[in-house]
Amino acid sequence: MNVILIASDLLLGAGMLFVLTGAAGLYRLPEFFTRTHAASITDSAGAGLVLLGLLLRVEDLATGLRLLLILLFLMFTSPTASQALARSALDDGLRPLVRLGKRPR
Amino acid sequence: MTAFHPINIALFAILVITALAIARIRQLFAAAMLSGLFSLACACIFVLHDAVDVAFTEAAVGAGMTTVLFLCTLALTDSREKSTPPRRSVPAALAALLTGAALIYASADLPKFAAADTPVQQHPLTERYLRDSATEIGIPNVVTSVLASYRGYDTLGETVVIFTAAIAVLMLLGRTAHAKTSDAVMSLHTRHRVLRVVTKLLVPFILVFALYVQFHGDYGPGGGFQAGVIFASGLILYGLVFGLEAARGVAPVRVLRRLVAAGVLIYGGVGVATLVAGGAFLDYDALDPGHPATGQHLGILLVELGVGITVAAAMLMLFLSFAGRRDAR
Amino acid sequence: MIASHYSYWVSMALMMIGLYVVMSHANLVKKLIGLNVFQVAVFMLYISLGKRADGTAPILDSAFAAYSHPLPHVLILTAIVVGVATTALGLALTVRIHEAYGTTDEDDALKRDSAQGEPR
Repeated sequence: MNVILIASDLLLGAGMLFVLTGAAGLYRLPEFFTRTHAASITDSAGAGLVLLGLLLRVEDLATGLRLLLILLFLMFTSPTASQALARSALDDGLRPLVRLGKRPR
Repeated sequence: MTAFHPINIALFAILVITALAIARIRQLFAAAMLSGLFSLACACIFVLHDAVDVAFTEAAVGAGMTTVLFLCTLALTDSREKSTPPRRSVPAALAALLTGAALIYASADLPKFAAADTPVQQHPLTERYLRDSATEIGIPNVVTSVLASYRGYDTLGETVVIFTAAIAVLMLLGRTAHAKTSDAVMSLHTRHRVLRVVTKLLVPFILVFALYVQFHGDYGPGGGFQAGVIFASGLILYGLVFGLEAARGVAPVRVLRRLVAAGVLIYGGVGVATLVAGGAFLDYDALDPGHPATGQHLGILLVELGVGITVAAAMLMLFLSFAGRRDAR
Repeated sequence: MIASHYSYWVSMALMMIGLYVVMSHANLVKKLIGLNVFQVAVFMLYISLGKRADGTAPILDSAFAAYSHPLPHVLILTAIVVGVATTALGLALTVRIHEAYGTTDEDDALKRDSAQGEPR
């Protein structure tokens, strides 16, 4: 079953890449809404791919089912959390940066 | 797993950096969230140290309940702190460094990490708990059997501590005058439509999961404490998204007060029942004289139920007291 | 020596950072956050004493022979829950202090206390 192991390694590697991208984005991007997007990548794409990679390595059905449920729960909650964050910021009056160099009111 | 394993190094690094950031950051909302992150990273370390029950509790309590309580307090008080003057920070740093040096000097006497021949592992109690609990009690999760049966009296004291904390917070913060939630707050709730829909979908599953953890604590990580905290978290989520009045409608404070006491009564009641049946206090063998293992199962089930009820009601009462304080002012 | 003891040292370093926060910061909520850090680091030290290299989680299973010691787990479970109870009580007192003195800074509250003679 070497193909499955290789596929699992690829998925785990892709997940790690997304997490690192999210972290880099959180550090480097200029304003709040872009940073929220970067953080949400870590939560949904990064964690989701890592879970899929782990799913390919399970030994028995019970563990696989649990991982699947965790993945489902994650798919529900992380986008919701990011949306709630962005929504609260918008309601508070923060506006996205539309043109670099010019901050809109 | 013992020496410089990469995941150990990574988690320790996260913990140290987070602790230093908590010490330096003056915006308290950020410090509260970092303390939640600290608890979660520590829960990962607990899993690596094979302490799965403890990791479960730490994640639920530390990263969940404590963060909520901190945020509620910060909503009621100031959320920025003044910078520390040197007349406070220098003596404190000196004292911390001296204590740390003394601890590290003393740690030379500690046994090698994860060795199999340490005094902890060689103690005869280890054999008693790990070997005999299979025949005497017969449930796979040794931590639950030690917590609820071998050291059941300690757990009774712990349940009473939670009960006391809930009562004390009620005395300090619980005003019965409930102001109607203002229109500004209500419209805030209606604007978060995605959050409301997803919460309505998820809360039943959170509550069912709490019940699963409660009753599955004999066979895997779990038990009364974790279940109680998860149950309370589900209802706290409901209260945060739908408003305090909705949360109070589901869990009125007068019902919670009775539930908190009922849990402790169930626990003590099992002890009295064993006394009446002829054994010692909390000696579950007496509950079913012919089959002690069945008596143990029944005793552990009832006792964990009492713990779960008290913890859930107490955590809810804590949240409602803190959150209701703003309306009552 | 380093490889066998460094996990204890990390816990002790975290304990000392938490202790420093409790002692040096004047803000009451920050003190409680520092106390939480101290507490969790103590739990880590305790749990690491029960770990066994060839062991597994103390859930009896026919596939495993050696288990990590369950007693530190039980004691720390109790300690975690007692810790959250104490933190909740401390935070409730902080809220009341803020309502009485208008500040959560300990130095300011003491100054107001000695200036007025008694709190409002």
